[in-house]
Amino acid sequence: MAAIQLSCPISDEEIKTLKAGDRVLLSGTIYTARDAAHKRMSEALQNSGKLPVQIAGQIIYYVGPTPAKPGQVIGSAGPTTSGRMDKYTPALLELGLKGMIGKGYRSDEVVESIKKNKAVYFGAIGGSGALIARTIKSSEIIAYQDLGPEAIYKLEVKEFPAIVIIDSKGNDWYEIGKQQYQS
Amino acid sequence: MKIIKYEEIVKHVSKMCQEANFDLGQDVVNAFQSALKKEKSETGKDILEQLIANADIATSERVPMCQDTGVSVFIIELGQDCHITGGKLYDAINEGVKKGYEEGYLRHSIVDHPITREKSKGYNTPSIIHVELVEGDELVIHMSAKGGGSENMSTLKMLKPSDGVEGVKNFILDTVRVAGPNACPPLVVGVGVGGNFERSAYLAKKSLFRPIGHRNERTEISELEMELMEKINQLGIGPQGMGGSTTALDVKIEIEPCHIAALPVAVNLNCHASRHKEIRL
Ligand code: SF4
Repeated sequence: MAAIQLSCPISDEEIKTLKAGDRVLLSGTIYTARDAAHKRMSEALQNSGKLPVQIAGQIIYYVGPTPAKPGQVIGSAGPTTSGRMDKYTPALLELGLKGMIGKGYRSDEVVESIKKNKAVYFGAIGGSGALIARTIKSSEIIAYQDLGPEAIYKLEVKEFPAIVIIDSKGNDWYEIGKQQYQS
Repeated sequence: MKIIKYEEIVKHVSKMCQEANFDLGQDVVNAFQSALKKEKSETGKDILEQLIANADIATSERVPMCQDTGVSVFIIELGQDCHITGGKLYDAINEGVKKGYEEGYLRHSIVDHPITREKSKGYNTPSIIHVELVEGDELVIHMSAKGGGSENMSTLKMLKPSDGVEGVKNFILDTVRVAGPNACPPLVVGVGVGGNFERSAYLAKKSLFRPIGHRNERTEISELEMELMEKINQLGIGPQGMGGSTTALDVKIEIEPCHIAALPVAVNLNCHASRHKEIRL
């Protein structure tokens, strides 16, 4: 089955049509955030109720790239383990976050929140950071500059390869995929 | 007696750190190729192809194959007739890591304090260094860039001797099952059985330094490795945990004598970015 081309941000209509296991190629704007940025966002929400980025409708990519070599847009930039962000994720989904890209399991709370808010969780290929970096065309720092590589960046991507792991109905490809090949 | 200079060690270590991150060993690439021929899942095949392409890009552009350039773990075989001049061995290794990681645009991934999470001041150091004193006058440095995702899913358990080989197998299979996608399969599964609490973990780590396809010399252990490899690949987890028949590229087991009342088992998972280099001085 050919990969589905998607432009980011992804429309609510399109998110509803995505199914666990679909291979997709993402093009457009996505934002980066990992542990430290999530912690900051969660503190900002508690203190002021406001975030430095409008995340409604957007996609967050869990990544902490290597430093860019001179002339490179970004260093190697594969996904990091999403589970570390689980604690902070439902609050962001409530604010309208529509998609996440990472690797690995999500908690039951996150899966419930994905269903409730009609969002989607994509898996990128862990350990393919050199390949993924080629799909990142520009990178611009948006917030929390002092966090260095852990700051929030706005990325423009072209045909970033990913797989739908948890769709808006809560189907989980890690479970479905595994059952097909168990013997 | 052989004399090895501090600076020489720094230079070699620095180079190894970069090579490990840019050039995935041929043993791993070959394992991807042969897995690709056998893999049943379309998504799984697609992932293996991307991993092969990724390794190619990393080598040709001299960029790290994965953004987690890891903790540098060393096993040093130090000949007792080898003399190091100009400084301490541990300092030379750390200096080499710092230099290699900084100059190679590799990621600094070490915090100094595990609780406060304060970042370490020495770029990606301190490293983890194990020294084994051996016969002769050589200095052999084995280096691995060990990823955090797979390390986090590793386990250790003190089994009862009555749990026997079935207990050992079940513990290994459970570890791989629980790790699922988080350890970035296809995996290299390193196992240490025996010794004591800390030795079993060390043996598991050490086993990962063996190239893929190299079996334990003891027949019964090599058979156990192959049996576990088959069982793990029947779990269905597949490349990146997205379903398939390639969950492990290899299983490595090391054993050691232990106490009459003990059966320690440690399982150290390594992701497909199984990065190892070796140098003999
Ligand atoms: S587990 Fe290995 S392949 Fe996966 S992100 Fe970490 S270092 Fe890279």
